Amino acid sequence: MKYIDEYRDGGLARSIAASIAREAVLDRHYRFMEFCGGHTHAISRYGIEDLLPSNVEMVHGPGCPVCVLPVGRIDDAIRLAMRPEVTLCTYADLMRVPASGGASLLKAKAAGADIRMIYSSMDAVLIAEAEPARQVVFFAIGFETTTPSTALSIGLARRKQLTNFSVFCNHVLTPPAIRAILDIKNLPEVERVLVDGFVGPAHVSTVIGTAPYVALAAEFEKPVVVAGFEPLDVVQAILMLVRQVNEGRCEVENQYIRAVTTGGNLIAQREIAEIFELRKTFEWRGLGELPVSALRLRDAYAQYDAEQRFDVVPVPAADNPACECGDVLRGLKKPSECKLFGTVCSPETPMGSCMVSPEGACAAHWTYGRFRDRAKASAMQDAA
Amino acid sequence: MSSPRLRARKLDIRGGLVDLSHGAGGRASAQLIDEIFREAFDNPFLEQGNDQAAFDVPAGRMVMSTDGYVIWPLFFPGGDIGSLAVHGTINDLAMAGARPLHLAASYILEEGFPLADLQRIAQSMGRAASQAGVAIVTGDTKVVERGKADGVFITTTGIGLVPAGLDLSGDRARPGDRVILSGSIGDHGVAVMSKRSSLGFETEIQSDSAALHGLVAAMVAAAGPSLRLLRDPTRGGLATTLNEIAQQSRCGFLIEESSIPVRPEVAAACELLGLDPLYVANEGKLVAVAEPGVTDALLAVMRAHPLGREASVIGEVTADDEYFVQMTTSFGGGRIVDWLAGEQLPRIC
Repeated sequence: MKYIDEYRDGGLARSIAASIAREAVLDRHYRFMEFCGGHTHAISRYGIEDLLPSNVEMVHGPGCPVCVLPVGRIDDAIRLAMRPEVTLCTYADLMRVPASGGASLLKAKAAGADIRMIYSSMDAVLIAEAEPARQVVFFAIGFETTTPSTALSIGLARRKQLTNFSVFCNHVLTPPAIRAILDIKNLPEVERVLVDGFVGPAHVSTVIGTAPYVALAAEFEKPVVVAGFEPLDVVQAILMLVRQVNEGRCEVENQYIRAVTTGGNLIAQREIAEIFELRKTFEWRGLGELPVSALRLRDAYAQYDAEQRFDVVPVPAADNPACECGDVLRGLKKPSECKLFGTVCSPETPMGSCMVSPEGACAAHWTYGRFRDRAKASAMQDAA
Repeated sequence: MSSPRLRARKLDIRGGLVDLSHGAGGRASAQLIDEIFREAFDNPFLEQGNDQAAFDVPAGRMVMSTDGYVIWPLFFPGGDIGSLAVHGTINDLAMAGARPLHLAASYILEEGFPLADLQRIAQSMGRAASQAGVAIVTGDTKVVERGKADGVFITTTGIGLVPAGLDLSGDRARPGDRVILSGSIGDHGVAVMSKRSSLGFETEIQSDSAALHGLVAAMVAAAGPSLRLLRDPTRGGLATTLNEIAQQSRCGFLIEESSIPVRPEVAAACELLGLDPLYVANEGKLVAVAEPGVTDALLAVMRAHPLGREASVIGEVTADDEYFVQMTTSFGGGRIVDWLAGEQLPRIC
């Protein structure tokens, strides 16, 4: 397939991997965080770990939109969906995410809630238009990547003068999350995530550009390489990071030049700014309350805001206390280091959302990579 | 199926709709059966007009299988629910190495379903059965109120005869055995998905829906008892089939991604929808596990058959106490090909 196969070329991958192995200095350890769930998925799906030398380690970051959504917001969505007049439209990823008390959207649907899985936010607008007696709520989640399409769907609903369409907005921003990972000076030592650089967001960066990372790279002295989601993109970005570390540089580099510019997509940014404004604070699963890290609808668009239309009052909700998604999302732990991993928590019976989304670190490791745990365990046994 | 011959007018197939009387067992039911099903299936068993089919049983080992079909949409590129209901059940028999003998078909019709669509489905079933050399010898029709079903649901049941000395079973894979796939994967699932209006894409891909017993007969003749097992990777795709076999045989698999044929249009559609072709349904493909010594003979007869032209060895059976299906990716790394969690897309067969 044109423009796909080129970026999955095994021969080229092996030659870049050989460069990484040659250039990575033997007596130092390189620890890079891939921010995005899309990268986590690519690394697991294509077995990129097998191409890297043992002193180049990848750590999963918090960039999986489903994973960072706090349980309370899923609870809110379920309460919305249980209202008899509401049709809740959602991406399929969210259906199985565990909510409080063992609930999920999937179970709510089985119990009679009108929940529909859609492929595009525009579908929700079309459902609202076709079913004027229903209150159609779009469950909007995601980083800057999906925000423009939510903005466009609100614009479309306005042009169609729909009064039965609203958005339950959970859009979050990438730079504050990167800051939360890097700003460790006030944290106790055990909670400090030590990384030597970032594989920077792909699709997020098509919207916001590479410029927003420059200040972060300089302030925290960490290199960032913005990379595409194809496996060759990731391998090349790792090589670029190794080179930056070796040369003592902390720059923002753009591997994904076929899609990302410095300034990003100005039209998308304008659409977002027209409809959304910053929230003072927002809770992230794993990262806690982060200031100015999420978006809400501007007052001019209040009629499309499901939180206002249905008086959504947040009810505090805690994760399962044994679930270590929080540490996994911050890169403090690997999925297999969680006691629940593969015991009571699996994609069939997820205890935390990292085991649900295909972009979640736990789901990716379970689905694609857990055979390596066996080899590692046996190597450790041999060493002992 | 019984059918009193007395009646006033023929069914209005062009404009008529199924109504509750067509399932009430009275004259309207009889007329529906007569003018749509008996007409389409045309065989002496149905001609007798009994509620069952009576036939002599040959000596040997019989297999029996049943399957319900709820696919949506009912008509898709390369087939429809009728042809699928014939091919699917024939293939379940064929995977035991059996020669299919007879089919039974049972219909649940929704009130208001167009008679023209029902006739089209019945005729497609009749054609599929006759091309496969199998007769639909008995059946049943029920009608439920509007909204209690979705157009038409079909259940087919089949019986077949297994050649003497053959014992194909999912628990017979052994480490070192080879895994052969009969052709490209994902065609059926993508063809069906392309007709789901909400997905908004078009493709030229046709479903691979086909009866595989002819191909199977050639394989059985070539490999005999060295053929360990056959399985058709339908719902859940190749990945699910290999995991099922791994569980049954208490073994693992190691397969090569680059040896698994995927049509470019299927790969593109999967890319667009975020699906993995390994999990997308097939209705005319099979996976064979066989002793290594017969691999070449099997490949030769498969490639000589129209339904096995792209047959290839995709990997081998491994000893693995965790029953992992592992794959070497075309990128050069390793991964697991796990069970599917949840449903990739409902009502694909």
